[in-house]
Amino acid sequence: MTATLSSAAVTREDTDVLLGRPTDAALTDQLIAPVLRPGRAFKPLLIVTGAGTLFLFSVVLYVATTGIGVWGNNIPVAWALGIVDFVWWIGIGHAGTFISAILLLLEQKWRTSINRFSEGMTLFAVVQAGLFPLLHLGRPWFFYWLIPYPSTMGVWPQFRSALPWDVVAVSTYLTVSFLFWYLGLVPDLAVIRDRATTLRRRRVYGVFALGWRGSAHDWHHYRIAYWLLAVLATPLVLSVHSIVSMDFAISQLPGWHSTIFPPFFVAGAIYSGFAMVLTLLIPSRKIFHLENVVTARHLDSIAKMLMVTGWIVTYSYAIEIFIAWYSGNGFERYVHLVNRPTGPYAAVFWVMIACNCCTPQIFWAKKMRTNTTVLFIASILINIGMWTERFILIVTSQMRDFLTSSWHMYKPTYVDLSLFLGTLSFFSFLFLLFLRFVPFIPVSELKELKFELHKEDRGGHA
Amino acid sequence: MRDMKLGIMAEFESPEALLLAVSKLREMGLRKLDAYTPYPIREIEPLLEIKRSYIPKVVLAMGLVGAAGAYTLQWWCAAVSYPLNVGGRPLHSAPAFIPITFETTVLFAAGTCFLLALYAAGLPRLHHPVFEVEGFESASIDGYWVAIAADDPKLDALVAERELIGAGATRVVQVNP
Repeated sequence: MTATLSSAAVTREDTDVLLGRPTDAALTDQLIAPVLRPGRAFKPLLIVTGAGTLFLFSVVLYVATTGIGVWGNNIPVAWALGIVDFVWWIGIGHAGTFISAILLLLEQKWRTSINRFSEGMTLFAVVQAGLFPLLHLGRPWFFYWLIPYPSTMGVWPQFRSALPWDVVAVSTYLTVSFLFWYLGLVPDLAVIRDRATTLRRRRVYGVFALGWRGSAHDWHHYRIAYWLLAVLATPLVLSVHSIVSMDFAISQLPGWHSTIFPPFFVAGAIYSGFAMVLTLLIPSRKIFHLENVVTARHLDSIAKMLMVTGWIVTYSYAIEIFIAWYSGNGFERYVHLVNRPTGPYAAVFWVMIACNCCTPQIFWAKKMRTNTTVLFIASILINIGMWTERFILIVTSQMRDFLTSSWHMYKPTYVDLSLFLGTLSFFSFLFLLFLRFVPFIPVSELKELKFELHKEDRGGHA
Repeated sequence: MRDMKLGIMAEFESPEALLLAVSKLREMGLRKLDAYTPYPIREIEPLLEIKRSYIPKVVLAMGLVGAAGAYTLQWWCAAVSYPLNVGGRPLHSAPAFIPITFETTVLFAAGTCFLLALYAAGLPRLHHPVFEVEGFESASIDGYWVAIAADDPKLDALVAERELIGAGATRVVQVNP
C-alpha cells in the first residue's frame, strides 16, 4: 500500500482499529482506569454472581456425595447434559485462542484490543468445561487415575480410548492458554505497578509483574517467545475440539460415527466462541466507554467471522443429512431424517436450525454488522443455538439407536439444570473479577499498535 | 544487556527521539547501551546489537523431548507393562498414540517457551537497581529510556550528558555517581 492510500485508510472512521491518536499516557490511563477506579456496579454484580457460585459449589457437593444418579441420564442415554455443557463451554473457549494466536500470526490489527478479553473468556470457559467430565467420573476424587502413574494396581490408562486423549487435550489447552495469557499480561501488570496510587496495590501488582523492566533485550526475547507461543497455541485451536469430537466419532452410534466431526466441531466451537465474545464485549465496551479502542471495525470483523463459521456449520448440517441418506444405512437415516427433525426433541432441533443457520444471515447488511443491539441479540441467539446443537447431537443419537426395545426418552433433572446455571454464574463471577483486577485491554500492545499506525500514517518510516 | 552496571540514564518523549539518541551515542563510540521502552521497538534492536534469541532452538528441543517421552510412555504402558488384547489388534497401535503425543509436544514446548521468556528477561525478581532511578516509572507508560553502562570504556559522563540533553532528553540521571 502506498503512503497516501494508507493514511487515507487510517483516518476513516469505519475502518480504523483505534480512533483518534491519543498520547501514550492518555491511552494508558484510559485502559487501566477500570482497575484503579472501579465503577459502583461491581460490588452488587460480584455479590449476585458470587452467590450463584456458592450455589454451584453446593450442587457440586450434592452430586459428588450422592452420586450422578441424581442426573437424568441413564442407559441408553448415558451421556447427556453433563457432556452437552462440557462441549458447549469448551467450544466457547476456542475463540480466545483463535483471536489471540491465529490472528496474531496473520497480523490482523483488529485483534489487538480484544485479544486479552477473549483469552480471559477462554480460560474461564475451560474451567467450567472441566468441571463436568470430572463430576461425570462418578467418583471425582479418583480423577488421578487418569494420569499414568506407577500404582500398586499395576494398570495404566487405556491410551487407545478417546477419553484419555480428551484429558490431555483439555488440560494442555488450559495450561497453554494460561501461559499465553499471563505472558501477555506481564508488561501490563508492570504498568499498573508503576501507575498505582497506593503502596499496597503497587506491591501486589509488583509481585505479579514479576519484576518486569522492559529493556530492549527483554523485549526481544519476549516478543519472540510470545510469537512462538502463538505458533504453539494455533494447532491447539484445531486439535482440542477435534479430539473432543473423536469421543463421539470413534463410537458406532448413528449420528456420531462420522468423519466430518473434527472440522464440524472446530467450526462450531469458533462460531460459539465469537458469539460469546460479542455477548461479553458489547456491554463492557459501553460500560467502560471503550468505543475508541473497540471500534466499529472490530464489531464488523467479528460479525463477518460469525457469518463464515455459521456457514461452515450450516454446510456441515447439510452434509450430515445428505450422507445419512446417501449411505443407505437405515439407522443413520432414521436418526437424521426422522428422529431429529420430527422426533420428541424436534422443537429443539428447529430452534437449532433457526438460531445457527438463519441468525448470521442478517450480517449480509453492513448496517447490522455494526449495530450493537442487533449484534448482542444475535450473539445470544447463537449461544442458545450452539447449546441446542450439542443437545440434539448427543441426546437424540442415544435415545433411539439400533434396537427399538432399548429406546428410551431422556429428561434432564433439576440438578442437571442447576449445574448449568451454576456454571453460568461462576463464569460471570470469574469474568467480573478479571474485569475488576486485570487490564483487560492490552496496554502495551495497543501502544505498540499506535506506534505502528503512526509509522503508517507517515508513510512507513519511524 | 543483562545486569549491566548502570551509569547514565536518560528519558525521551518519543521512540523517534530515543532512536536518534541511541544512534548518536553509538557515533560517540559507546557500545554498552540498553533501552527501556513501554513496548517493543524493533528498530532499536540492530542499534543495540541484540543477538537473535536462543529461545526457539530450546523450545524445539523440548518439544521433541515431550513427543518422544509421551510416545514412549504410551507404547510402554500399552505394549509392555500391561498388554491388553482387544480383538487381536496390535498392542503397539501407533495411530491411537498420536493425539497424546501431539498434545504433550505442545505442552512441553509452550512451558519451556514461557519459562525461558521469563528467564531471559531476568524474571522473576522482586527488585532491581533500575527501579531506584528517579522517574523510571514512566518506562512502562510513556517514557523511552536509554541507559549507558558505568563501565563503558568510552563513557565521559559530562560529554554524554550534554549530548543527551542536546538530543532532546527530558531527564538525565547519573546513577551511582
